[in-house]
Amino acid sequence: MTFKILRFDPHKDEHPRFQLYRHEPHPQDSVLEALKDIRDQQDPSLSFRYSCREAVCGSCSMVINGRIALACRTQVRDLGSDEVVIEPLPNLEIQKDLIVDLNPFWEAYRRIEPFLQAPGDVPEEGHVVAEKDMEKVFQYITCILCACCYSACPVATRDGRYAGPAALAKLYRFTIDPRDRRPFSALERVDGPDGVWGCDTVFRCNDVCPKDVRPADGIEGLRRKIIAAKTKRLFKRKT
Amino acid sequence: MLRHDLLIVGGGLAGLSAALGADPGLKVGVISKVHPLRSHSVVAQGGVNAALAGHPDGGDDTCERHAFDTIKGSDYLADQDAAELLCGRAIPTIYELDHWGAPFSRFPDGRIAQRPFGGAGFPRTCYAADRTGQILLHTLYEQAVRRNVTFYDEWLVTDIIVRDRKLLGLVAYDLAGGEIIPLRTRAAIFATGGYGRVYQRSTNAYINLGGGIGMAYKAGIPLKDMEFVQFHPTSLYGKNILITEAARGEGGYLVNAKGRRFMEDYASKSMELAPRDIVARSIQTEIDKGNGFDSQYVHLDLRHLGREKILKRLPGIREICLHFAGLDPIDRPIPIQPAQHYSMGGIDVDATCASPIEGFFAAGECACVSVHGANRLGGNSLLEAIVFGKIAGESASLYLRGGPAGAEGDRETAEAARALMSRMRAIHEREAGENVFQLLNRLKRLMSDTAGIFRDAPTLRRGLEELAELREAYRRVFIYGTCGRYCQEMVVLVEFEHMLEVAEVILLGALKREETRGSHFRTDFPKRDDASWLKHTIVTWSEHGPVIAYRDVQAGRYAPQERIY
Repeated sequence: MTFKILRFDPHKDEHPRFQLYRHEPHPQDSVLEALKDIRDQQDPSLSFRYSCREAVCGSCSMVINGRIALACRTQVRDLGSDEVVIEPLPNLEIQKDLIVDLNPFWEAYRRIEPFLQAPGDVPEEGHVVAEKDMEKVFQYITCILCACCYSACPVATRDGRYAGPAALAKLYRFTIDPRDRRPFSALERVDGPDGVWGCDTVFRCNDVCPKDVRPADGIEGLRRKIIAAKTKRLFKRKT
Repeated sequence: MLRHDLLIVGGGLAGLSAALGADPGLKVGVISKVHPLRSHSVVAQGGVNAALAGHPDGGDDTCERHAFDTIKGSDYLADQDAAELLCGRAIPTIYELDHWGAPFSRFPDGRIAQRPFGGAGFPRTCYAADRTGQILLHTLYEQAVRRNVTFYDEWLVTDIIVRDRKLLGLVAYDLAGGEIIPLRTRAAIFATGGYGRVYQRSTNAYINLGGGIGMAYKAGIPLKDMEFVQFHPTSLYGKNILITEAARGEGGYLVNAKGRRFMEDYASKSMELAPRDIVARSIQTEIDKGNGFDSQYVHLDLRHLGREKILKRLPGIREICLHFAGLDPIDRPIPIQPAQHYSMGGIDVDATCASPIEGFFAAGECACVSVHGANRLGGNSLLEAIVFGKIAGESASLYLRGGPAGAEGDRETAEAARALMSRMRAIHEREAGENVFQLLNRLKRLMSDTAGIFRDAPTLRRGLEELAELREAYRRVFIYGTCGRYCQEMVVLVEFEHMLEVAEVILLGALKREETRGSHFRTDFPKRDDASWLKHTIVTWSEHGPVIAYRDVQAGRYAPQERIY
């Protein structure tokens, strides 16, 4: 098989280029295992991120034959092709080869204050939370922050200030947690074109998410919450 | 030169917990060779133990019973006071995690849910479906973001600088910047995780090379009980991805090729929920006896649990099976085999996480307190990482009350950074040599072949001999790429040197311990020997090779008894 892998060191090279490797993976190999074998046997200078190899750490997101995916969870034989083209995530600066600069992604994550806000007294023991309510959060906590959605998002591509699907879905996760009591001002921060109203609702995020988080559901949920809160405020003012 | 009061090395559960436990008035930094959310803690699935006594069958559970199960599970090698400390802190730890936003699964009445786990007298394992490690790591990271903890992501610590048995500083390689950086710090907490990838078949992340443990050893800090290596009974055949013990906790069966629930023959009372050492050995014995499939694996059958329970309690396991084995556990049994999973041994620290080197602390899987002894119970590792991570943060803070550091140590630290740079340059300037990734693959095969589930003296000796050859080969190592930014060759090259030490200490400890205890099974000494071996193995580095010594186990209220499950 042929592996066509994008190589680029912005400190040395003028342009990215594709390098071809001949490699016969084992029938059960994932793209990540193939990449590791190519590096181990042919080219130790090839750089890419990896860690858990079981689709929970979010390290190895990249573009494989045109699709944004986790390399560890993409099995070579499922690609149904003798040529595998591997590129770094789009929409982020290349650091080296398949490694991109995720700082814009992490900054967006930090901006939404991604932590439970439960001011005031906490129960001495654990919170009592209805089983069903806690399970509603589960859709969003499977997010592994792999940045596949951020890379695929057309809005994030054209507007660097846009928070992006993962961060907004994370914020929504907290707003539906019965233990969270963040003030409305936390939602106001995303009440604009760089927040929930920036979303084009083309659902690229849902398509590429390897964990079925459906971040667009979270964005939609935040929009409803914001409208509901504003409407409530409006009526309060009138009465 | 960067200056800190406290540097925490490792951004997994233990490292983050240490950062949250440290005095906020101190200048603290967390260094991690990957982004903290990529740490191996994230893959833990089944849960975390605490005697909340919330389960209908667990009303009589107590911290003491949790401690007893932990000690019995350890095959009596755990220090009993430390195990009691761990289990005593478990309950407040779970509640604190809940207050911090950890979304634990709930019982119908809204309290934190608990499930049965191996070797436990009561169902006491708290969980979030089968993604417990992920939700705990994310929760602790979120709290660290909230407190504005300083992170150095994608930095690899390469050296520990010690003078007169006192910590002076560290050296790190900044992957994104491509530079080697001296770091002055008054204290350090190592939370660098286990060494799973010293083995070929391991459930561990690829990054778990164990460099931190070997580095501490080379810096003069002894290693404890390194021969005790946990093999998890159920890893997915082929990929060795972990299939959680919760799959058996929820009622899964182990079945051999003859269609028998063979655990009847090994642990007739606990069956599939015997401790891991026993279940792993039973599976391997079945395979060796010819009762496996293709002489490689047995089945973990979940089909009788039904679709609903699998989707609700084990969604991650189903996802793994679908994507990595192309099968749905709702319809087909899962092919599983044992694989290296956890490092019971580690850096020798006391119950305050302090080491014999002043200012150097360690916590989590890289450390050995010891609470797991010769065999860790499922659900106790997340607990240990969080509890002792916090204790390490508190102990280091207490130690640091002594006032600010002077400039002493600047020269040594800067010199160590320069020495590493010139060493890397020299390696790079060679014209050819050994490929470090291939050396690593050789080491993994060696350890899997010679220090696996079943051990004996001739095989362990052969392991040590082959290791010496590998050490020779490492002298000729070569960097093929460019030394600079994101040079992962350099990362593995630095860690590999320390992995050689880790491997040697495992092999040596296993060879010298002429008994069978917990995970350490000697076919030539198949009995536990409390008269001679109720003691910890302590190995210290020296120029002339490892120096081995023994320390008595801290006994307590529980006298050793036979482990029947």
